[in-house]
Amino acid sequence: MSNVRPIPSPQTQSDDRAHEADHPSSLVAKFGMDQPLKLDCGVDLAPFQIAYQTYGELNADRSNAILICHALTGDQHVNNIHPVTGKPGWWDTMVGLGKPIDPDKYFIICSNVIGGCMGSTGPASLNPATGKMWGLDFPIITIPDMVRAQAMLIDRLGIATLFCVVGGSMGGMQVLQWTAAYPERVFATLAIACSTRHSAQNIAFHELGRQAVMADPDWRGGRYVDEDTHPHRGLAVARMAAHITYLSDAALHRKFGRRMQDRELPTFSFDADFQVESYLRYQGSSFVERFDANSYLYLTRAMDYFDIAADHNGVLAKAFTGIKTRFCVVSFTSDWLFPTSESRALVHALNASSARVSFAEIETDRGHDAFLLDVPEFLEISLAFLLAAGKARGLKDDGQS
Amino acid sequence: MSMQQTLPLPGVAPERTGGYRRDHLLVAEMVRPGSRVLDVGCGDGELLQLLESRGIDGRGIELSREGVNGCVAKGLAVVQGDADTDLVNYPDDAFDYVILSQTLQATRQPKVVLENLLRIGQRAIVSFPNFGFWRMRLQLLIGGHMPRTENLPASWYDTANIHFCTIKDFVELCEQINVKMERAVALDLYGRPVPLNLPWWVWNMFGEQGVFLLSRGGQGK
Repeated sequence: MSNVRPIPSPQTQSDDRAHEADHPSSLVAKFGMDQPLKLDCGVDLAPFQIAYQTYGELNADRSNAILICHALTGDQHVNNIHPVTGKPGWWDTMVGLGKPIDPDKYFIICSNVIGGCMGSTGPASLNPATGKMWGLDFPIITIPDMVRAQAMLIDRLGIATLFCVVGGSMGGMQVLQWTAAYPERVFATLAIACSTRHSAQNIAFHELGRQAVMADPDWRGGRYVDEDTHPHRGLAVARMAAHITYLSDAALHRKFGRRMQDRELPTFSFDADFQVESYLRYQGSSFVERFDANSYLYLTRAMDYFDIAADHNGVLAKAFTGIKTRFCVVSFTSDWLFPTSESRALVHALNASSARVSFAEIETDRGHDAFLLDVPEFLEISLAFLLAAGKARGLKDDGQS
Repeated sequence: MSMQQTLPLPGVAPERTGGYRRDHLLVAEMVRPGSRVLDVGCGDGELLQLLESRGIDGRGIELSREGVNGCVAKGLAVVQGDADTDLVNYPDDAFDYVILSQTLQATRQPKVVLENLLRIGQRAIVSFPNFGFWRMRLQLLIGGHMPRTENLPASWYDTANIHFCTIKDFVELCEQINVKMERAVALDLYGRPVPLNLPWWVWNMFGEQGVFLLSRGGQGK
């Protein structure tokens, strides 16, 4: 099989990314030994830092702040050129001038999650105690930990109540955690393609991804930086498997069908004959250029542990009792990672707790990733919800109050 | 069931008073200020807006995505859902009133829906087109066809309305499942109430639609 090509090594050396882990090309809020982040696992993390971006201006009443929570492999660069990949912000359909979340109107904050690898403290950061990368010595973090850290950032920015917390997928989990933990600090929420708990199927997919990373001999028990290796093959396989779950059968069929890649006939080998194979390999290899393998382990684990009801004696509705926050919950018909049934369960719990909730299921064949794509109906309902909530908040069109 | 198409009133378009439909004003008048209301099949949210303008805390369920989008744009709290399948998920006594406006005839199981309305809400307000209305009767009697009107123009094979009833039928159902009728109003062709002092058969003949305020019956009848 001479023409079998393994997944290539990252083209960009991981130096750029490694540098970003401690010295991000964005704003940074540093918290010293006197301000530890109290983690669910019992560890007080200190010192630590949160890398974040802001867009737009905070109004005089400090009432127009929107916090965007990113998904598993996202980061704070929601509306600017990415410092490692050089690509546009990851949510340019939703955020930007003339978009539903418009920096002309809102003060937009997006922070890298704790455990991430783009400048907030995580396994790719330097452990001040050893002077080496944290690696697996980094404590296990949870979605509530991420939100606790964000709340500390919001405190530091002097914002008492966020106008809206917005996010999809893992970002949506953070949105829901915000409302459960700090209901009085959230005026409105837009929770997209998410769930109040990670399903068995999703935990299974994450376990597959983690095992792929750990099975790569270059992972070295998480100490690949010290040993000057990088488990790019394992991480790429994890990304390829995950990427399939972000799409749908119909979307894959529409995009690729059984079409061949740069050839007419099969090569009778294990080379990427099909376009869909070539696409997945590209997704895998481009991901490893910008993402840290250990961080991937930690963040997938955080999602697995997420279960809001478990923190409220198994009764989800109790998490939202008496809440005044306005909710808008959105799901997509072809999303099989966070199917509509999960959103409906959330909506039923919100109804049972008399919360003010709107819910829309958007028809699309683009799967879970639909929230990142140009799906007009979704963007319209997001805009409509934000405008109506802004009116209730007393925001004018220019974001002033 | 389908709230997919806006279910129009039978006959001519109802008169509007101050921008609102007369049947909506009648419903709104039945709701005590300051109460919590669920509008099942809320369409474009016009009734919910009227209720909220009167200080009533309103929520909606609507099947059509266009309807939901329109409601969200108006700042209303509306959930996309189906009366036949989703009402079971609401807890007992969650609302003071549950409204089913011009939707009963499009549900698969009107009896189950009605029972759910009065489980979720202390009271229910139900309005529906009356198939005992004289024009409907005439079409079947003289024309020999299933009745069609300007605003219910669909043929029998493509209508979303699968469970038409008359005011008399509805009253019988309420008695059967031990539902108390606190108030009943028949609206004529123009959305005006048929005078109160007339007997049921007149209402059943001349009411274009029935609007009922219901509550749970007591022990026995």
